[in-house]
Amino acid sequence: MTAQSSRYILICSGKGGVGKTTLTANLGIALARLGARTAVLDADFGLRNLDLLLGLENRIVYTAQEVLAGSCRLEQALVKHKQEPNLALLPAGNPRMLEWLKPEDMRQIAAMVGEQFDYVLIDAPAGIEGGFRNAMAAATEAIVVTTPEVSAVRDADRVIGLLNSEGVKPIQLVLNRVRPKMMASQEMLAVDDVTDILALPLLGLVVEDEQVIVSTNRGEPLTLGDGGSPAARAYTNVARRLCGEDVPLIDPSKERQGLRARIGRLMQTKIF
Amino acid sequence: MTLRDLIDKLLGRQPASADTAKQRLRLVLAHDRSDLNPELLEQMRREILEVVNRYVEIDLEEGDVSLATEDRVTALVANLPIRRARMPQPGQSVAATAPEEGSEGVATLG
Repeated sequence: MTAQSSRYILICSGKGGVGKTTLTANLGIALARLGARTAVLDADFGLRNLDLLLGLENRIVYTAQEVLAGSCRLEQALVKHKQEPNLALLPAGNPRMLEWLKPEDMRQIAAMVGEQFDYVLIDAPAGIEGGFRNAMAAATEAIVVTTPEVSAVRDADRVIGLLNSEGVKPIQLVLNRVRPKMMASQEMLAVDDVTDILALPLLGLVVEDEQVIVSTNRGEPLTLGDGGSPAARAYTNVARRLCGEDVPLIDPSKERQGLRARIGRLMQTKIF
Repeated sequence: MTLRDLIDKLLGRQPASADTAKQRLRLVLAHDRSDLNPELLEQMRREILEVVNRYVEIDLEEGDVSLATEDRVTALVANLPIRRARMPQPGQSVAATAPEEGSEGVATLG
């Protein structure tokens, strides 16, 4: 693949703690396993964590800061994943970089990385301020992560507004931490509610899964294993859809079979 | 109304919270997206009424200018009941046609 066909994908959410970095790590591994040369860029200079979720925190020597300053080559800063050599991380530099880092700098770094990789995933910081705008400048498309909660959806909407005004497209949605039981009993915003409100195509649905916590404890993203945990399958499906594969989306709240789920569906019958 | 809504009503229970969340989100997003504060909106409303009032006589009490959002597009919706057209002054070109009760204008903000 040439540099021109590389994809620069921003992973953002507005609100913190909804699963941006977890998605970036899992998607990075999943894309690499599908055979795509993938780089993940930690653009969260203030509160970097992507290295930790990938289990690469002890192998960082240089960061984006040294690359920009010209004091090391890009290859020296990129940390290759041991089990998945198709994946490399470009670590975030010192938080003090935020004082001088400009959108052009991020664009420059991403372009350098794009020369060697098919996919450049940019893990954006929370918020809509300077750090986010820097990260956005480097992207040509975006994945917005949100959870079915009012505050997360509202913040996602602000971010979508900014992405639209900067001409970043396509923008696709990943709905994270879905609780099918609560959705079925109408105590959580439904999948359709969120996609209608945000008016974005749905790229993936990830159910709440305790295994995510276990995997972050270990620094081994779920998509590394062949395990069938629900979140692992969901992340892998996101990667396959990104690559253009047609993987059907299943709304887990409508798939539930038990008696309670059936009663829940019966309760949604329109009577007048 | 769904079966659940009916049962909730009969039992005097609170409706399911997902619906409340949806309604609250729609309202708050209409304002977030327009980036207009209530003061500016009120000023715009007054100025729109003023301009329209130059051409046709409208019911200032009934006039309503508000924001509505659908599919990521925020629209300015004005509902201005017209009493009658004003007589055009000499030298002015006011193309007033027969007045219509309750004409509605919709302008898109983006």
